Amino acid sequence: MRHIISVLLENEAGALSRVAGLFSARGYNIESLTVAPTDDPSLSRMTIVTSGSDEIVEQITKQLNKLIDVIKLLDMTAYPHIEREMALVKVRVPEAADREEAKRLADIFRGRIIDVTHDTYVVEITGEGSKLDAFLEALQPFPVLEVVRSGVMGIARGDVSLQI
Amino acid sequence: MSETASSSTAITGAEIFCRSLQAEGVEVVFGYPGGAVLHIYDALYRQDKVSHVLVRHEQGAVHAAEGYAKSCDKPGVALVTSGPGATNAITGIADAYMDSVPLVVFTGQVPTSLIGNDAFQEVDTVGITRPCVKHNFLVKDVKELATTIKKAFYVATTGRPGPVVVDIPKDVTADSCEFEYPESIRMRSYNPTSKGHTGQIRKAVELILSAKQPMIYTGGGVILGKGSEALTEFTRKLGYPITNTLMGLGGYPASDKQFLGMLGMHGTYEANMAMHHADVLIAIGARFDDRVTGNIEKFCPHAKIVHVDVDPSSISKNVKVDVPIVGEVEPVLRELIKGLNENGGKPDAEALATWWKQIEEWQAQDCLKYDQSSELIKPQYVVQKFWELTQGEAFVTSDVGQHQMWAAQFYRFDKPNRWINSGGLGTMGVGLPFAMGVQFAHPDATVGCITGEASIQMCIQELSTCFQYQLPLKILNLNNRYLGMVRQWQEFFYQGRYAMSYMDALPDFVKLAEAYGHVGIQVTQPGDVEGAIKEALAQKERLVFLDFITDQSENVYPMIPAGAGQNEMILV
Repeated sequence: MRHIISVLLENEAGALSRVAGLFSARGYNIESLTVAPTDDPSLSRMTIVTSGSDEIVEQITKQLNKLIDVIKLLDMTAYPHIEREMALVKVRVPEAADREEAKRLADIFRGRIIDVTHDTYVVEITGEGSKLDAFLEALQPFPVLEVVRSGVMGIARGDVSLQI
Repeated sequence: MSETASSSTAITGAEIFCRSLQAEGVEVVFGYPGGAVLHIYDALYRQDKVSHVLVRHEQGAVHAAEGYAKSCDKPGVALVTSGPGATNAITGIADAYMDSVPLVVFTGQVPTSLIGNDAFQEVDTVGITRPCVKHNFLVKDVKELATTIKKAFYVATTGRPGPVVVDIPKDVTADSCEFEYPESIRMRSYNPTSKGHTGQIRKAVELILSAKQPMIYTGGGVILGKGSEALTEFTRKLGYPITNTLMGLGGYPASDKQFLGMLGMHGTYEANMAMHHADVLIAIGARFDDRVTGNIEKFCPHAKIVHVDVDPSSISKNVKVDVPIVGEVEPVLRELIKGLNENGGKPDAEALATWWKQIEEWQAQDCLKYDQSSELIKPQYVVQKFWELTQGEAFVTSDVGQHQMWAAQFYRFDKPNRWINSGGLGTMGVGLPFAMGVQFAHPDATVGCITGEASIQMCIQELSTCFQYQLPLKILNLNNRYLGMVRQWQEFFYQGRYAMSYMDALPDFVKLAEAYGHVGIQVTQPGDVEGAIKEALAQKERLVFLDFITDQSENVYPMIPAGAGQNEMILV
């Protein structure tokens, strides 16, 4: 089963590689991993999307907790939560008709065109992974030059929160 | 504070290193100098509180520090230079990680300005050691040095202990700042649990008292957590049978009648059978290692399991347990004893009597029997004699292989911290440097190293260290001219194709020992074994290397073959 785990860890050199190294050393799946400092610059927040049986996910959370740099974590899967991912997509749209259609698709998916040249658009789109997949699917008729996905970020709804 | 005042009290990083070690109460550092740690060595030279032991290879330094730590209540400390110094230390660090040995290893590093430039003797020590340390640090500023050292000792020695590496660039050891060693340290990201959960303790007590066929299974955690006394009280109070893992030997007195011997691949028949048939298993400071469980599908099929461990990730890792208790072994055992008293219930005496009767039938198999009339020296006999002649009071280290199993089977440890071996990583070559570390921790004790002619050669250079520091070790080399355990598996599972398991062209160990300044004795007849050991023990000031030429065909029995359950042992 897919799990989304949020981790608060010390914002220190090497903390990311400790987590990445743990996943490779113990053979755990890792679908995506995002990390950035929080409002408290001494802390980083990481969102890991992984999958495995209940036993494996239990081990993953225990092993993560065992890392000295990890302060706290939360398996979001156990709570109502929101997931978001961002994609930047560069498409080739040399013809006027293509440009209109691409713009229309971006609008439907509530994407924004953030860069325009005479034959390319860069579309910014945010949502759950499945929405991003659907958008990319819808763009099939166009030559897609590049896709950049941020990986998933997550936050629990309501009172549940991951903080020190 | 004025600038003059602060500069007048500033000391160099190298001096801070020494002062920090003094503040930690470190008495001995095992190490080997090199370019990146020259400032530190100079500072060590100019003080006399922390002594330094010069090994002959960095691997020996870390193993010696391990032996020291395993045999006493203090962490081991090693100091090596950058690059090859650090890479040579890796085996010892990985060994300490697998066996949860509290260790602080200091590695020199190239100056911060050169890090990442492929400088001379540069390796990414923090990167290389990351998967095999409890934690590691790169100190980039002399102002962080004292606090980092404090953290390193704190992390290494608390919770589930383990090795911590502190990588110190050369310029940091030359830079100066004021020195203040923190009294205590708090890390928001590291708070090991000590006391067990009250509700879980109560559940455990109820389950323990409900047992008809109970079994207590304890590991290295009891030794590391100083829980032997509490364990003994707990076990005697219940009257239940108990087994120890390889790492747990000495956690419960081996000469006690409730002790069924070691369990696992080469454990006793009675211990493994009792495990298999138990209805309640009480696991304490043990981690359900594959060498213990045999085939996990067939492990303890009837048992409800209580598991006490300080490391939450050990719980339900290999085997799903019913009542987990996260906490330090000693306080949890005390709480369990208290819980038993408060509960007031007693074990089912009738069921227990039947259970012991069954166990006695298994014991009657006499699974450790071996041919006593052989004209060749039986390795088991050597260990047994050594046990008798030292009255079970020696500290015993071993290397890895058949001799290790015979040492574990035939030297009966009644006290903790006396049996020093490499259980998790299974590192050949540890025996001699382990023994050095033990002798430094216990200068007056008898320290024996039970080894084989293959293992001993992996760190043989340390005989030179032993001579320099006049360490009177007793080395018992069970010389069967084979990589014995490899040969045994090739005999059993590869139709006797002995690929590369014969140690051809062995050195003359007697001459070798003499060349290093020690006493060497070769023993070829069973009748000479006792006399030779007595002679070695009588030479109180000298290292004696006893080279026993043993029966080449001897195998370690009993044995759970790979893939089999604990009830499927091969007996002699």
